[in-house]
Amino acid sequence: MRLAVVGAGAVGRSVVDLAGEYGHEVVAVADSSSAVVADGTDGRDAGVDPDAVVARKAERGIVGDGDPADALAADYDALVEATPTTLGDAEPGFSHVRTALERDRHAVLANKGPVAERFGDLRALVNDSDGEIRFEATVGGAIPAVSTVEDIEPGHVTAVRGVLNGTANFILTRMAAEGLDYEHVLAEAQDLGVAEADPSFDVDGTDAALKCVILANVLSFGAADDPADAREFTLDDADVSGIRDVPGSALRLAAEDGRTVRLIGEATGETVRVAPRLVPENGTLAVSGTQNIVQIETTHAGRLNISGRGAGGPETASAVLGDVGRLE
Amino acid sequence: MSDGRDGVPEETADGEDATADGGHAATTPSTHTVRLELVDEPGQLLAALHPIAENGGNLLSIYHERGNKTPRGRIPVEVDFEATQERFEGIVEALRSEGVNVMQAGTERYAEEVTILLFGHLIDTDLSDTLSQIEACESASVADVSLAAPQGTEEVSSARLRLEARAGETEAALTAVRELAAEKDLRLVEPLTGVEA
Repeated sequence: MRLAVVGAGAVGRSVVDLAGEYGHEVVAVADSSSAVVADGTDGRDAGVDPDAVVARKAERGIVGDGDPADALAADYDALVEATPTTLGDAEPGFSHVRTALERDRHAVLANKGPVAERFGDLRALVNDSDGEIRFEATVGGAIPAVSTVEDIEPGHVTAVRGVLNGTANFILTRMAAEGLDYEHVLAEAQDLGVAEADPSFDVDGTDAALKCVILANVLSFGAADDPADAREFTLDDADVSGIRDVPGSALRLAAEDGRTVRLIGEATGETVRVAPRLVPENGTLAVSGTQNIVQIETTHAGRLNISGRGAGGPETASAVLGDVGRLE
Repeated sequence: MSDGRDGVPEETADGEDATADGGHAATTPSTHTVRLELVDEPGQLLAALHPIAENGGNLLSIYHERGNKTPRGRIPVEVDFEATQERFEGIVEALRSEGVNVMQAGTERYAEEVTILLFGHLIDTDLSDTLSQIEACESASVADVSLAAPQGTEEVSSARLRLEARAGETEAALTAVRELAAEKDLRLVEPLTGVEA
């Protein structure tokens, strides 16, 4: 497949870097201010040079000399939307996806915004397009959460829950293991690059909630006979509380009783909830450090657990490229 | 701060549930199950049933597990009877004073256990009152409390509560605690009920 990659952060760069290994060709790359488009005018299949793009981004902060709009207009089969997640109207990611669908091309999202905030709008665009959308990378990084739910069939999945934010999980794990308070562990996580300078998105539960909202949309739309009957979820529908104020003493009390606290997100076709929850210390959901886990409750197949790396460039790119493979 | 705060968790841990605040089930009889351990000798079962009948228990069923042995080589017997909460406590006491080993004295009222964490200004918001209010909700009783206030009582402290809920009423109990926590601006960490595997 010929790919246009929009967004040149860790995920976008990894997609550019790894696409060849998966048998795909990157024909355009854009970041917020620049673009490079393969010169295929002479009829040859000439993709962009991944190393050159990555090097230029590192050295000059741009991916090429073109305008970002050029990448959207390039001759690709699938657009990879890997710009930063935005809330509300989910722009500019939403418009990028719309452009692709209106051109009857596929779109693969790593950006959570459009799928969490405007799922209904996306479905409507897909209905009018020969293109499809996929968004495995938006939930749980490398973990195949969305495709597993689709394989089981959303109508046979009663709930999906799990640990979906590595930063919050790292902080809770360290607090419990070292008996330290939140502020202390946060500073350590920031030094290690596990937490951002502004960690709100992760520690307040927003990121986990977006992932659960996406899963709720998959469950709701997937189970409905008529998409018009499906309930659409956005972040506003989620009941969210984070881990910022969890004191070390609470984790100690939990540990005394063989339990620990994890930021657990839960999605059904009716509700979305993210909150710190008590779980058995050695239980399945008590994954350590930046690990994520997705637990799927099914009507006929019991419970499935999939754990793994929930973030990271190559990890998330592997989910993106898996989606691209499903579109072939 | 209240001088008696150190005693708060312990007092409540012993669960003066039914009597302390005029208790929900103090006067209506409910079904209780006791699991006894008897020596395999004639007359032992009868001797064990006397204290129940004599103290106002209404015998419902006796399950004499002759084929089973406890780790000490004795015979487990399960006895169901009806009694008020107050009489039930008297019966357990009487059984023990007769030298009968009571392995388990549960009541049907509290069939499900659930552990929660609360944190925030637990002391300033009157922990004792918080616990009484949980007790006052019909669905649950506080079985055990552990408190941690590493930075003193005026800072944020944490408590671990083990609640015993009536069969099928765990969700109702959690809802009551949720509302109470919101009212007192406390944070509640709920368990993942029904999921622990």
